[in-house]
Amino acid sequence: MKAIVTVTLKPSILDPQGEAVLHAVQGMGLKEVKSVRIGKHIELEIQGGDETTLKKKLEQISGELLSNPVMENFHLDLRTGG
Amino acid sequence: MRFAVVQFPGSNCDQDCVHALRVLGQEPRIVWHQETTIHSDEGVILPGGFSYGDYLRCGAIARFSPIMQAVKAAADRGQVVVGICNGFQILCEAGLLPGALTRNEGLHFRCETSYLRVENPASRFTSHYLTGQTLRLPIAHGEGCYRAEPDVLQALEANQQILFRYCDAEGRVTRQANPNGSSLNIAGIRNLRGNVLGMMPHPERACEAEMGGTDGRGILLGAAGIGRPI
Repeated sequence: MKAIVTVTLKPSILDPQGEAVLHAVQGMGLKEVKSVRIGKHIELEIQGGDETTLKKKLEQISGELLSNPVMENFHLDLRTGG
Repeated sequence: MRFAVVQFPGSNCDQDCVHALRVLGQEPRIVWHQETTIHSDEGVILPGGFSYGDYLRCGAIARFSPIMQAVKAAADRGQVVVGICNGFQILCEAGLLPGALTRNEGLHFRCETSYLRVENPASRFTSHYLTGQTLRLPIAHGEGCYRAEPDVLQALEANQQILFRYCDAEGRVTRQANPNGSSLNIAGIRNLRGNVLGMMPHPERACEAEMGGTDGRGILLGAAGIGRPI
């Protein structure tokens, strides 16, 4: 099983990295791009365990360690099988 | 009161803090992050640096160090806890101070002398200063942009928890004087109870004239409970 946690800055938080990339993207001629936001993609390989319990614990870890609720949101995607 | 200076893997201002405290007549105790005891008569300093390589987020992993349970317990008992630079980031991550420190607005690591306006001398950390007094303290950080929800910022203002704001040499709090884009030019805050201080600038680097200034002495002396000489 694999857990994929995507961490993104809350919309209200300025993303200076995203801003810099946006300017580069527009500089390369893609004026249609209006916003760039940079986040994190975290993969956790999991062996064994009960899925319901795991999900609960992973939600907790995603909120307490992998993201900071003051400035970030997270999305947890639990993928079973290959 | 004695200070415990916590050493995390990646701390690099711990010895600066020890040196500054010795200059001020204190003999601190160095505490490794794996330790679990803060004594009831100790204050705590979380020094600057790059704990755990700043992996994930600055301070995010240090927060789960064994010593941080003891630091939280000490703060809950009303003992003094000071977080400088990376230490401020750790205190925010640990929930001992509100808000979070994010990437500097201009993306640059800012290593320079900053001017700070003392906003509230009625705290143990600022009792050596006057309202509106301008201090010169070094900064050195890439992620010092203070952010919090609007209601949190309002509460910080209302409760006079903002102790230091970035300003220019004349003490004017302006956007140009803000090195990192922090909300309300915030450079340092205290908790509601008044025993926990977090600040991005480095008072420990401004305790001797030969190091460029002594404006930081009052912060460390005040933290140690040594009042302003009358």
